[in-house]
Amino acid sequence: MVEISMNVNGKPVSGAVEGRTLLSAFLRDDLRLTGTHIGCDTSQCGACVVHVNGEAVKACTMFAAEADGAEVTTIEGMANADGTLGVVQQAFQDEHGLQCGFCTPGMVMSAAALLRDNPTPSEAEIREYLEGNICRCTGYHNIVKAIQTAAAKLTPVAAE
Amino acid sequence: MPKDSGIGASSKRREDVRFLTGKGRYTDDINRAGQAYAYFLRSDVAHGRIRSIDTTEAAAMPGVLRIFTDEDFKDTGSLPTAWTVTSIDGSVQQEPRHPVLAEGIVRHVGEPIAGIVAETIEQARDAAEKIVLEMEELPAVTDAKAAVEAGAPQVHEELTSNLCFDWGFIQDNKAAVDAAFETAHHVTSLELVNQRVVANPMEPRCAVAEYDAGDDQYTLWTTSQNPHVIRMMMGAFVLNIPETKLRVVAPDVGGAFGSKIYNYNEEAFVTLAARILGRPVKWTSSRTEAFVSDAQGRDHQTKIELALDADGMFLAFRTETYANLGAYLRLFATVTPTYLHGPAAGGAYRTPLAYVNVKGVFTNTVPVDAYRGAGRPEGTYQLERLVDKAARELGIDPAELRRKNFVKPEEFPYQTPLAVVYDSGNYHATLDKLLDLSDYAGFAARRQESAARGKLRGYGFATWVECSGLAPSQLIGQLGARAGLYESAMVRVNPTGGIQVFTGTHSHGQGHETAFAQIVAEHLGIDEKLIEIIHGDTAKIPFGMGTYGSRSGAVGGAAILKATEKVIAKARKFAAHILEASEEDVNLVNGQFTVAGTDRSMAWAEVALAAYVPHNYPSDTLEPGLEESAFYDPENFVYPAGAYGCEVEVDPETGVVEVLNFVAADDFGTIINPMIVAGQQHGGVAQGIGQALLESAVYDKNGQLTSGSFMEYAMPRASDLPCFVVDHSCQTPTPHNPLGVKGCGEAGAIGAPPAVVNAVLDALNNGGYDVPDIDMPLSPSRVWAAMQSAS
Ligand code: FES
Ligand code: FES
Repeated sequence: MVEISMNVNGKPVSGAVEGRTLLSAFLRDDLRLTGTHIGCDTSQCGACVVHVNGEAVKACTMFAAEADGAEVTTIEGMANADGTLGVVQQAFQDEHGLQCGFCTPGMVMSAAALLRDNPTPSEAEIREYLEGNICRCTGYHNIVKAIQTAAAKLTPVAAE
Repeated sequence: MPKDSGIGASSKRREDVRFLTGKGRYTDDINRAGQAYAYFLRSDVAHGRIRSIDTTEAAAMPGVLRIFTDEDFKDTGSLPTAWTVTSIDGSVQQEPRHPVLAEGIVRHVGEPIAGIVAETIEQARDAAEKIVLEMEELPAVTDAKAAVEAGAPQVHEELTSNLCFDWGFIQDNKAAVDAAFETAHHVTSLELVNQRVVANPMEPRCAVAEYDAGDDQYTLWTTSQNPHVIRMMMGAFVLNIPETKLRVVAPDVGGAFGSKIYNYNEEAFVTLAARILGRPVKWTSSRTEAFVSDAQGRDHQTKIELALDADGMFLAFRTETYANLGAYLRLFATVTPTYLHGPAAGGAYRTPLAYVNVKGVFTNTVPVDAYRGAGRPEGTYQLERLVDKAARELGIDPAELRRKNFVKPEEFPYQTPLAVVYDSGNYHATLDKLLDLSDYAGFAARRQESAARGKLRGYGFATWVECSGLAPSQLIGQLGARAGLYESAMVRVNPTGGIQVFTGTHSHGQGHETAFAQIVAEHLGIDEKLIEIIHGDTAKIPFGMGTYGSRSGAVGGAAILKATEKVIAKARKFAAHILEASEEDVNLVNGQFTVAGTDRSMAWAEVALAAYVPHNYPSDTLEPGLEESAFYDPENFVYPAGAYGCEVEVDPETGVVEVLNFVAADDFGTIINPMIVAGQQHGGVAQGIGQALLESAVYDKNGQLTSGSFMEYAMPRASDLPCFVVDHSCQTPTPHNPLGVKGCGEAGAIGAPPAVVNAVLDALNNGGYDVPDIDMPLSPSRVWAAMQSAS
């Protein structure tokens, strides 16, 4: 067992994990942050995307021990301080960018990372960026729209 | 002006808030105190005899609580199927035993052999590796046609052959159909494969069971589309637990598409193991396991023929299909290729004569069940491919050939030659809408523009009619169903005005919590927010049949409406009593009970409270309380329909197909929430394009699934798809239910595959490549090969 500690959604947490424990398992099973989902075992689906030190990471591809000392943000940390939906989250609701909700946490985390790197992505750039996130319900149409809407809200001038 | 509340409003989905903040509650998010973990040792051969299984060393591994084999399940029943199909010769389908854990023989890759329960999942997995299994591999058969040839390996020794049934629909019409082919001016025929696909909802299956010995109560949390069906099937047929002792909860479910209808081995396993061990037991599927244990879909090989007269009018069609059922029968396995496939196989056309023959066949592959559309995509695909081929052969515009053969708007209700009566429709209107939205008139110019860039552009049509809204119990009972397919609802008005609606349907992405509230709000004239929809728990909901077959709005919604009307009728009695008026004079308008011709009125909330404060009521005629339930059994199916157009570009250098534009013009009858309906259209079309271009469950000749993970099985990604244009403004509300709704969940998956394939064939044939036929998925190598053999 390895002792680890990190900041998750701004709060310090610690735990003892096996070397083989994945970050996704640590978040879900030890911290009970079940918003991070597991949709595959081959790192293909993106349901598990979180931010580690500001980078979008598939939490199923990283050992918990590797995140020792890191700043981690999960879907549970994406709402505004007053509990209302953040801009990206709100755009997903407004544009009906989710159906069953299972891919959604990963989609929102990927979308937020994309918009930080590229505040005014084209449709093609959005589709390209979502290469690692599978959604079986929406056909992506409204996810793309949600990201465009969020982009316009976050960067109103640039989007004009 | 668009409405902002009630039926027809694009109300934002209330369930989204929990999904967007990580507060959704899916089965794998549920953990019970003291829970142990199950892991299954599964067959890695498609057919084999278990010579011996030694669990001694495994059982002694750290943390192992118990290892279960078939011995532990010998008193349990066979996992059931829901429908009896009768063959042409009058015999009923062959139905082999389907055990929870393999009994001496394994019949498909992934079949569970032993279940290990341990303190942690890692320990259970480690122990599984220590089980010593001696397996004698037997010859396997994976192809349905090969499986019915003489000398083919027998999937089930106890059956007379691999043929489950040989169904003719309608057998009495066959002679007349054949006669029409003898004298027809032109016959177009086509042999095609509707390949096997994997549903792959993003949430893998999961089941957590708990047993309370104190009151002999079982609770099963599971990823299901139909918790009451699981309770009934598993209780009555497998584990022999009465409904009163088994609670099944399906919490948030992360997509299903038919693959979460079945009462699976693993659900029965954890339920029984929880009792034997006295511990909650949890099993979560990995994606790899899902590929070899979730129900798969489609897998038809079909020959279809169309007889036409000199004017291009359809005279008759007939089909012969080999439907691969896999190794065992799942719940909808035999009805999907028969009664869900045959009745709508005639599509939107007034073909006077039709005959459908389907042979259901056992093979050493993962069992098949309903997958989005279930039988209707197969029927639509073969017909729409055939109509396009006929148009090409006769040199008629494919839109025109369709139009001249459509059932005319004035011909509804329309009796088809395939037993069913289409309720309402206007197929000309949806086609016109499609041509308009896809700028069909401008297509020739776009084709030229593509040609200038060295690309082949094609436009493909498909029209579809679905027989949905499962299902009128009386009718399906005559057709072999072993249950009814009504739906139940209960509406409870609480003293302070809040309303709980309990529905037996289930939502796994469809937004019922929002849309069903709109139905109730519309009829009560109150704010949607006061209404809460509760589903997915047999302890809360009186009864239910679940969600599949585009039934939730048409059947579940109608049940909710019926219960709402009963509640209004009772509330009116309270209002009449308090307002001292006769009941007939009291009307509910915009949430106010008003006495006709007076200014006396009471708000809905006042009546709700009054119902629970019976201080001066005539107790013999007016019971306190305001809660009503209803069962709704539809009189008939409903028949949504649509016209789809797909525009593609094929790169002749590489065979790569790009979908440039996809337009869906649908008629779903009345629309409850346009935003949600459009979302269903998008998702269905995406799955249809996925099947057409990318997806395929490929078995090698030994029965190994070679596309058994997301690395090999190509799921549609964002960059594979265009933005869609979807429309549902052509509305012919059904007279078959009080809401007028027809169902939209499966549409896209039904109509999209033939539109895409027809578009590619159009591109190739107009680009100088004589390719009469091509099978899905249209991978670059397949398209390229077809072009090479044409040149
Ligand atoms: S669970 Fe991490 S990519 Fe699928
Ligand atoms: S919303 Fe269901 S997988 Fe994306």
